[in-house]
Amino acid sequence: MSDIITNILVCGTGGQGVMTAAEILAQTAITKGFDCKKSEVAGMAQRGGVVTSHVRFGKRVWSPVITPGTADILVAFEVAEGSRWADMLRPGGIAMVNTIRLVPPIVSIGLFKYPDDPVAQMRAAGVTVYDFDAGALARDLGDLKLINTIMLGAIADFLPFPATELEEQIVGRFRERKPAMVEANRRAFEAGRAAARARAGQDQPLAATL
Amino acid sequence: MSAAVQAKPQSRLLLSGNDAIARGAWEAGVKIATAYPGTPSTEMLESLSLYPDLYAEWSVNEKVALEVAIGGSMSGARSFCAMKHVGLNVASDAFMTVTVAGVVGGLVIAVADDVGMSSSQNEQDSRFWGRFAHVPVLEPADSQEAYEMVKYAFELSETYNTPVILRLTTRVCHVKAVVQVGERSPIEITGFKSDSSRWVMTPGNAKGRLPAQIAREGKLRTLAESSPLNFLDPGSDRRVGFVASGPSYMHVRESFPDAPVLKLGFTYPVPVALVEQLAAQVDHVVVVEETEPLMEHDLKAAGLGQIHGKDLLPRLGELTPNILIPAIKGFLGDPIPPTTTYPKFEPFPRPPTMCAACPHMGIYYSLARMRKKVQISGDIGCYTLGAGHPWNALDTTISMGASMGIALGMDKARSEETKDKAVVAVIGDSTFLHMGMQGLLDIVYNRGNVTVLLLDNRTTGMTGGQNHAGTGKGLRGDDTPRVDFAKLVEALGVPSERIRKIDPYQLPVVFKTIKQETETPGVSVIITDQPCVLSEFYVKIKPYKVIDDDCTGCGNCINVGCPAITVRKSETKTRPDGKINELKFTTIDTAMCTGCHMCVESCGPKAIVQIQRAAATPGEQI
Repeated sequence: MSDIITNILVCGTGGQGVMTAAEILAQTAITKGFDCKKSEVAGMAQRGGVVTSHVRFGKRVWSPVITPGTADILVAFEVAEGSRWADMLRPGGIAMVNTIRLVPPIVSIGLFKYPDDPVAQMRAAGVTVYDFDAGALARDLGDLKLINTIMLGAIADFLPFPATELEEQIVGRFRERKPAMVEANRRAFEAGRAAARARAGQDQPLAATL
Repeated sequence: MSAAVQAKPQSRLLLSGNDAIARGAWEAGVKIATAYPGTPSTEMLESLSLYPDLYAEWSVNEKVALEVAIGGSMSGARSFCAMKHVGLNVASDAFMTVTVAGVVGGLVIAVADDVGMSSSQNEQDSRFWGRFAHVPVLEPADSQEAYEMVKYAFELSETYNTPVILRLTTRVCHVKAVVQVGERSPIEITGFKSDSSRWVMTPGNAKGRLPAQIAREGKLRTLAESSPLNFLDPGSDRRVGFVASGPSYMHVRESFPDAPVLKLGFTYPVPVALVEQLAAQVDHVVVVEETEPLMEHDLKAAGLGQIHGKDLLPRLGELTPNILIPAIKGFLGDPIPPTTTYPKFEPFPRPPTMCAACPHMGIYYSLARMRKKVQISGDIGCYTLGAGHPWNALDTTISMGASMGIALGMDKARSEETKDKAVVAVIGDSTFLHMGMQGLLDIVYNRGNVTVLLLDNRTTGMTGGQNHAGTGKGLRGDDTPRVDFAKLVEALGVPSERIRKIDPYQLPVVFKTIKQETETPGVSVIITDQPCVLSEFYVKIKPYKVIDDDCTGCGNCINVGCPAITVRKSETKTRPDGKINELKFTTIDTAMCTGCHMCVESCGPKAIVQIQRAAATPGEQI
């Protein structure tokens, strides 16, 4: 095993499933024999606030937090949250962004403004962004709860273990408790992978590889 | 959480510090486990309660929790008590004397400091209690250490006849890391044995025990010097040698992989000789500790030179690599590497909000309407969010249960300007039972003019929905006697005609009741009776929608503060008298809406109507 540490920052808003996604990534990493730490600050964030989860894995992980400027992958469940944490990426890191816009009350009443195009903002600053509407994909698959699996599928080809390992970790959770959801999650995972590949093929020739 | 409960010995699991401590305490043979919920400590007891063969409870507050654990220890049971940092302030009266009396069964107090303040009213360093009470302090750096240290803490407690503090921080409690678990060693309870010289802390008896307490501290000092929890990681770059405890150790190793690091897990008494050995090998010693310079001061007081610490590092918050690297490299004169490549975009803030249909919103909507006529003393819980937008209807928050005492003080200290203002205290059910009752008794006893709003939502909400004496259920979900708040406050002396029970969703009733009670002199208590929307007691009804053609854009419904209501369209309209009106046309997120109908009550043109559905789905009221 190399000494390289993989840093993944998952972000979104309270109730979106950020912590579950991070948990699945961390579980996959320890199944593969990596040392792993996963860190988040919950508390008041669960009330609709900003949520981030840091996942770090490798041969030996010391600090549980990702140092700004060293994240390999930013997984954003919400587009403005993606821009909020974009500075955490290392040069050449990638941002996988769900384009949903969740407008909080203080924006909707006019105290603050939601940025017109957070993805364009990030790209203008040189960030490699793969953006797609995970909500629309989930709706097509018939269940909005699949967003989580779609987002994990989208980063699956950028990880230091085969995509199937991550898929198995997700599907394994449903096999015993909700076998009916196994197929739906497999399709969602593949849809996420396909969406990321499609974005990489379109307008981002500089796609980063880890 | 349940994975750890069922895990076989030697399993390798991804566990939070809290879950690892629960597993360690269970393996150590804990029989009595107590706590009052508080971030970031809450999950320790939630997790421990899932294990067999032990007694676990939510106590009404941390002082009672510690007292129950003391009773367990006196009876020979290994006893464990968990709390957040401010909880030990509450428990300190019992704590400062049990340290004199000592223990029979091991007594471990796990105290979780909220370094970085994710969900607390202050950032205090619980390690002070070790010095104050002459008890040892252990500081794990991650889940594996937390698991091992809690097991060791019971042995230490019994061997040295002392309570032991396990000092945690948010980055230990809530970080998940790999833990290899072991198996439970059952320990029999000896039962309580009467010994008044030991347990009756009259001045005569306590005086007799004080020398033993001081002697114990001396022995612990020697022990800390040879403890395997304190060890040196050698390093080749000897310009700086670090002394680090807790998660700071992890951040130091991450930031300076080549530097020697003295890792301290047994941090009080401070092993001075070990630091002297490190100092002999390096140019400078830097003590990295969150948050106060306790070890640093002890080392300086012991006469060690060239000790650095808070002269280089911040006294507040976490000491993460992005803080450590520039501070230490700057000190050494090394080039400081650039931190980030990409700019920091700072979009709008996204503060925590109340949940859709939260019954607290009805109270704050009404208080906001009478804002200029009331002073509002608040308390600790979800309802502290009433200080935020759009209500801005909370003036104070200090500590658990403080709303009523502070309200009485305000009532007794009126100026010409505030003499006609009503004084209102807002407190939740769990907080009221924790430390609030005494404040209300003081208002009654001293004839205060205070209207108390007791928001009973049948849960401890902010920490994630724990049971308490007012929910009718215990830690394990078992049925227990339920406090009757109206009878309780009547027994404290509030006149029965001044105890009003209201439905917080009925906005006109809420407004009228608060107005009446605040305009009548004397003490009164208004009790709300709708459960937390996240609790098992809450029943959803059909959602509402806004009829666009009927919405006049007045924006009243926005002032309810429900996150399900958002602005669809804004317009500026100039009235005939030249005044400019900001119109906000709203919409309701039907997926979030639970049908509480508070917004309906706020809507003049009756533009909000219930959605008709063919059939209800499971969990909905038909």
